[in-house]
Amino acid sequence: MAPLILCEDLWKIYRIGDVEVPALRGINLTIDRGEFVAVMGTSGSGKSTLMNLLGCLDQPSRGRYHLDGLDVSTAKPDLLADLRNRQIGFVFQNFNLIPRTSALENAQLPLFYRGVSIKEQRRQAAAALQRVGLAGREQHYPAQLSGGQQQRVAIARALVGAPSILFADEPTGNLDTASSREIMDILEHLNREDGITIILVTHEPDIAAYASRELVMKDGQIVQDVRRAPHLSAVT
Amino acid sequence: MPAFVLLTVMTALRILHRNRLRAGLTMLGIVIGVGAVIAMVSIGQGARAAVQAQVASMGTNVIVIMPGSTTVSGVRGGQGGAVTLTINDAAELKKRSPLLSDTGWAKRDVMQIVNGNRNWNGPVNGVSPSYLTIRDWSFTSGGPFTQADMESAARVALIGQTTLENLFDPGEEAMGATIRIKNVPFHIVGVLAPKGQSAQGTDQDDVIFIPFTTAERKVFGSQFLGSVGALFASTEQSADLPEAVEHIRETLRARHRLGPDQADDFTIRTQVDIGKVQEGTSQTLTVMLFAIASVSLLVGGIGIMNILLVSVTERTKEIGVRMAVGAKRVHILTQFLIEAMTLSLFGGLIGVIVGIAGAQLTTIIAGWPTMISVDAILTAFLFSLAVGLFFGLYPANKAARLNPIEALRYE
Repeated sequence: MAPLILCEDLWKIYRIGDVEVPALRGINLTIDRGEFVAVMGTSGSGKSTLMNLLGCLDQPSRGRYHLDGLDVSTAKPDLLADLRNRQIGFVFQNFNLIPRTSALENAQLPLFYRGVSIKEQRRQAAAALQRVGLAGREQHYPAQLSGGQQQRVAIARALVGAPSILFADEPTGNLDTASSREIMDILEHLNREDGITIILVTHEPDIAAYASRELVMKDGQIVQDVRRAPHLSAVT
Repeated sequence: MPAFVLLTVMTALRILHRNRLRAGLTMLGIVIGVGAVIAMVSIGQGARAAVQAQVASMGTNVIVIMPGSTTVSGVRGGQGGAVTLTINDAAELKKRSPLLSDTGWAKRDVMQIVNGNRNWNGPVNGVSPSYLTIRDWSFTSGGPFTQADMESAARVALIGQTTLENLFDPGEEAMGATIRIKNVPFHIVGVLAPKGQSAQGTDQDDVIFIPFTTAERKVFGSQFLGSVGALFASTEQSADLPEAVEHIRETLRARHRLGPDQADDFTIRTQVDIGKVQEGTSQTLTVMLFAIASVSLLVGGIGIMNILLVSVTERTKEIGVRMAVGAKRVHILTQFLIEAMTLSLFGGLIGVIVGIAGAQLTTIIAGWPTMISVDAILTAFLFSLAVGLFFGLYPANKAARLNPIEALRYE
């Protein structure tokens, strides 16, 4: 079976005025189903750019990107939107919930664009909220929830469409230690029990330690790719 | 798609509710535009209906022939000033033109009319019995005078509603009563049914009809016997009117011995002409109000576009999130279009209410007749929707073309 993610000589070049600034310089990467990958690196190393490409939010300047066997490097915006809707879930550092909209409605959002009946949207969103431990908070607005709870709503939103990959961009960057642990435990559980592939961008080593594979980026290239035994600190 | 549209409409309503003041101000232009359209059409249609009723009150397919003006030493006497039309003209017209179903004549003067201790200055008309049929007068009691009354110059009178109210106490029986016109006693043999205002705005019910011969010999004291104030004729079909007018013109010119280079010494007008003048006036009004309505809708549309552009900027991050979870361009486009159309639709709805209220108020305050038109309401409504669609397109498209990454990063 084809790997979930296959990148061949992936380049991303930004043009600022007349100057070409390469953000990614020839990335070759394979990620299999069920992996838990942490992407590390200093700011400006290209890790966000790589996330955007892998997450189908952006397209490479050069090279090939196969997602689940499908070459998406030259896909049309609508196909990318469809892939994001069905294959991918995002968790952001600043949660990015829609304000003044209930937790349930936030969690419904991907299904909203899938043409699912309203009743079914609500049922699945409520189930997703329950999975992240927010049963009973369906009608709360983001402003009424703590940071950790907001991030859990965001995870529920990422989960609700049953994606194969979950991208988490500094998911604990705005959270205290206790909330960070909760969020990482949820992600680890999703990876281990539900087999969801997780790609985590972080610059905190103790967060990266949850992953079974660590990529280190520098100047638009992957300079280190280490696999290791699953981290068990969360279990013990 | 239906679930998507339904939820989007709900979201749009919630956003509008949250920004009530802003939405209200934005809608104002549409409200005024739609309100103006509805009020204007109601007033226009009311006016037209009133004109039609007035024109219809003249009778059916009526032709009016007025004498021309006299010029004595350079002083022009105005229309009807000359005494160029006679009873014989009427008789001749009927004989010559097969298109004319009937001809009649009338002569009027304002006279003192007395009943007991009450008096009234009102128009008294000496008319031929045929005049009453041509003008379609009907009666609430009694009936018209006859040809025999005409030949014997009988002192009988028909009384209009306004004159009746001024000469008789409420409940007092007018039929059979005797009134005096210029001290000549007349017997009332018929009470006329009301006709209301004429197309020229005069009260047609302020009237007394007496036989023409009686008027000529006993009341008016005519200088030239047989001269009339106006001739009336009618045709069976309204399509015959133009041809009948030509017949009348030729006949009268021949009888009056007018040379080819001499102008007519009479004026012919048909019911259709009179109606047209009135409609022309109300059309001018309609065009003006339509211009106002168009400008309001345009301004309203620009207001909607403006507020939507603000909204797109304010919600850039939300748009980014929606795109990240899989919203396609068409979804974002639809969302903002629905918001624009919800705004304009609400504006239209309020405008309809304002328009109807405005029309009613016009009737109450100015006393103008108005007619609420369902067509106008539907048209204005669809128009406001179209305004929302048209002016929402640019901001919605702008939102749909945002780059998801930049939108997500927007602070």
